[in-house]
Amino acid sequence: MGRYILRRLISAIPVLLGITVIVFAIMSLIPGDPATAILGAYATPENVARINRDLGLDQPAIQRYFIWLGNMLTGEFGRSYSLNRPVLDEILDRFGATLILAGTAFVLCAVLGVLAGVISASRQYGWADKAITFAVIIGISIPSFFLGMLMILIFAVRLKWLPVSGMYAIYGGGGLGDLLTHLIMPAFALAVVATGVVAWLSRGAMLEVLRQDYIRTARAKGVPERRVLMGHALRAAMVSIIPVLGLQAGFVLSGAVYIETVFQWPGIGRMLVDAILKRDLLLVQGGVVFVAAIYVLFNIAVDVAQSMLDPRIKT
Amino acid sequence: MRQFSLTRRFLLTASAATLATAALLRPAMAQTPPGVLIVGQIAEPKSLDPQAVTAANDFRILVNLYDGLVRFKDGTLEVEPALAESWEISEDGKTYTFKLRPGVSFHDGTPVDAEAVKFTFDRMLKEDHPFYNTGPFPLAFFFSSVENVEAVDPATAVFTLNEAYAPFLSNLATPTGAIVSPAAVEQHGADFGRNPVGSGAFRFAEWRSNEAVVVEGNPDYWDGAPPLQAVVFRPITDANTRTAEMLAGGIDVMVEVPPVSLSQFQSGYRIVEAAGPHVWYLMLNMKEGPFTDQRVRQAVNYAVDKEAIANNVLEGTATVAEGPIPAAFGWAYNPDVAPYPHDPEKARALLAEAGVAEGTKLKFLVTEGGSGMLDPVAMATAIQADLAAVGLDAEIQTYEWNTFLGEVNPGLEGKGDMAEMAWMTSDPDTLPFLTLRTAAMPDEGGFNSGYYSNPDVDALLEAARVATDQAARADAYKQVQQIVHDDAPWLFVANWKQNAVTSEAVENFALQPSFLLNLHKVAKN
Repeated sequence: MGRYILRRLISAIPVLLGITVIVFAIMSLIPGDPATAILGAYATPENVARINRDLGLDQPAIQRYFIWLGNMLTGEFGRSYSLNRPVLDEILDRFGATLILAGTAFVLCAVLGVLAGVISASRQYGWADKAITFAVIIGISIPSFFLGMLMILIFAVRLKWLPVSGMYAIYGGGGLGDLLTHLIMPAFALAVVATGVVAWLSRGAMLEVLRQDYIRTARAKGVPERRVLMGHALRAAMVSIIPVLGLQAGFVLSGAVYIETVFQWPGIGRMLVDAILKRDLLLVQGGVVFVAAIYVLFNIAVDVAQSMLDPRIKT
Repeated sequence: MRQFSLTRRFLLTASAATLATAALLRPAMAQTPPGVLIVGQIAEPKSLDPQAVTAANDFRILVNLYDGLVRFKDGTLEVEPALAESWEISEDGKTYTFKLRPGVSFHDGTPVDAEAVKFTFDRMLKEDHPFYNTGPFPLAFFFSSVENVEAVDPATAVFTLNEAYAPFLSNLATPTGAIVSPAAVEQHGADFGRNPVGSGAFRFAEWRSNEAVVVEGNPDYWDGAPPLQAVVFRPITDANTRTAEMLAGGIDVMVEVPPVSLSQFQSGYRIVEAAGPHVWYLMLNMKEGPFTDQRVRQAVNYAVDKEAIANNVLEGTATVAEGPIPAAFGWAYNPDVAPYPHDPEKARALLAEAGVAEGTKLKFLVTEGGSGMLDPVAMATAIQADLAAVGLDAEIQTYEWNTFLGEVNPGLEGKGDMAEMAWMTSDPDTLPFLTLRTAAMPDEGGFNSGYYSNPDVDALLEAARVATDQAARADAYKQVQQIVHDDAPWLFVANWKQNAVTSEAVENFALQPSFLLNLHKVAKN
């Protein structure tokens, strides 16, 4: 198992190197440059040249790539021109916020999704199954940012139960309760689509397992139905549910871009959108590489978990 | 039936928990205390170093933290004394001697003296200055005519210019001319932008990344302590979320209200408007194609219903533009020049006279959005429809803002017949000088991307720039307005009225034509 993990980690290195090349190339190739973004209408060739010199952008792209890569390997991500602070400080600040939001959404989608799938499968074509299936289809079809706006209008503007946006209250905030009030709506909006997908696929996986002989045997033996479902069936179904959860983690992470914008959540998704619009090269590059690394690591963890659950998967 | 009861129990527990949470949370939604003003901004500031930023969004904070030698008089674009009590301009317009206000200190307690003035400008302008590397300073060219700054004695600063440059005082009144604390720059270096120290009505308290910038009232302010205890600037980039925060009471002031949201604030709120030195226009390609003919350029000015754009597309948040110098400039504005009326018949007649065939194609470069561009796609569509009504077939090409600037700034030749553009400036000189002179063609580093050239305009702008007498300057700009209006190198469309909404608890709130948000006198009950 240790060797398997190590092998997977080593195989992640070319993936991450490839990502650095792609993100660097994209940022170099898209039209518009930081100097134009800074100067706007005042971007004379002379002013642009001066800013490019100040930012070190007057060197050839290949050279800049290797300087950037070399610096990053030593943990030096450079300085964001648009925020005027070190890129890594900003990423770490922001990533914590995204982790809270995406993590909560992920837990919500995993727990609620699997639970809904199990309930649905255990009474196929019953009213609970129909209700859940209906809810799942609606959940999958509503764009999350639209759901977010709708929730803001109902729960914040109309009912005034919850704050509109942000992560903490501007005044007198900061505690766990304050964080939770701000977290409820964005986490829920972010989790809805993923919950639907997880529920749908869990239902399928459970139905598959529930038709197996050993389930019939367990039932015949008089094992309580709850244990049959949660113990015997779900455990076997988890092997096909876990990879779906791994995919949903990526979905939740990328969905955070919209949700963070709607709810002004100070996370990394919103940071990347702002940075791209401002052509903040180092911030975009550093942010994308960081998120990609997290995602790759998470997927390795999912694969490892799966191989632990299912001995048939070669390690 | 056992699982059924489980589900029901689960549902019951879950709803009880939700209700309990909701009940617990309600007291946490307390309103902000009186004396603390929360301003909904459109973005996180880049920096609070006044020389390092360019965005109106950042200037709104800076103007409250810092003072310049001079400032814009309330409600106008005329300068009045600020940190400088008085000044003298030499006969040749090249030497400015400022007498500083005595006894003024920065928020860190160090004195605002002539050395601080010299430090501020040397840091921005001299590449060998030890703190030049705390830049880049993108708007340093506002002061490119400054050759030298000398601290004659603690209360006297002398600026020597390499040529007479009349907009110098207006530029000093912008945040780019704000005086910074040398001690703070020395202490924080490149992080000065996150630890700003000025001498303004508010002093910096806290910057919580992506959440808020907090400033506190300065009780020792030379112009009187502000009534507000503190101001919190919150970045809320999404316009819908900003509107929702305002409706839910999460912010007290909202700037740049989207025109479509204004109707939601008709009662229980105050809507504030102010005309600004802003021009929204289409530059026309005078080097090639139909717009080489003055009659065709005038024809499109007649063809487009600017009133309808201002009132319907922009919901009354703009007025119709007459020429390159907007009414907000007051002293330099020519009230005798009226906008081209909407007259499709006249447009058709002019086009026929110029021999432009029905269905002539025009390439129209449009941006999706950008600084001061208002609602560029909807406006372009309205213009396209008006041009179609007089037989011109405008084909819209849409670009993201930075890409758009990269296309348009180097000149329209070979790219299109017309392009959208908008400018916000603080001196009547800036826009025509950078965009309408023969010497400002793109290949010479200017923004005359439509290739307009009129020797009379060139001469008037040069004369206005070196004149030290304001009446003489005003006269030159009034003539420029008339000539450019008639030559029609642009399709003049709109002057934006900036707007804001405040809650009823906010008093003495006003918007300035300079687009700066001065909160010194504002109170909240």
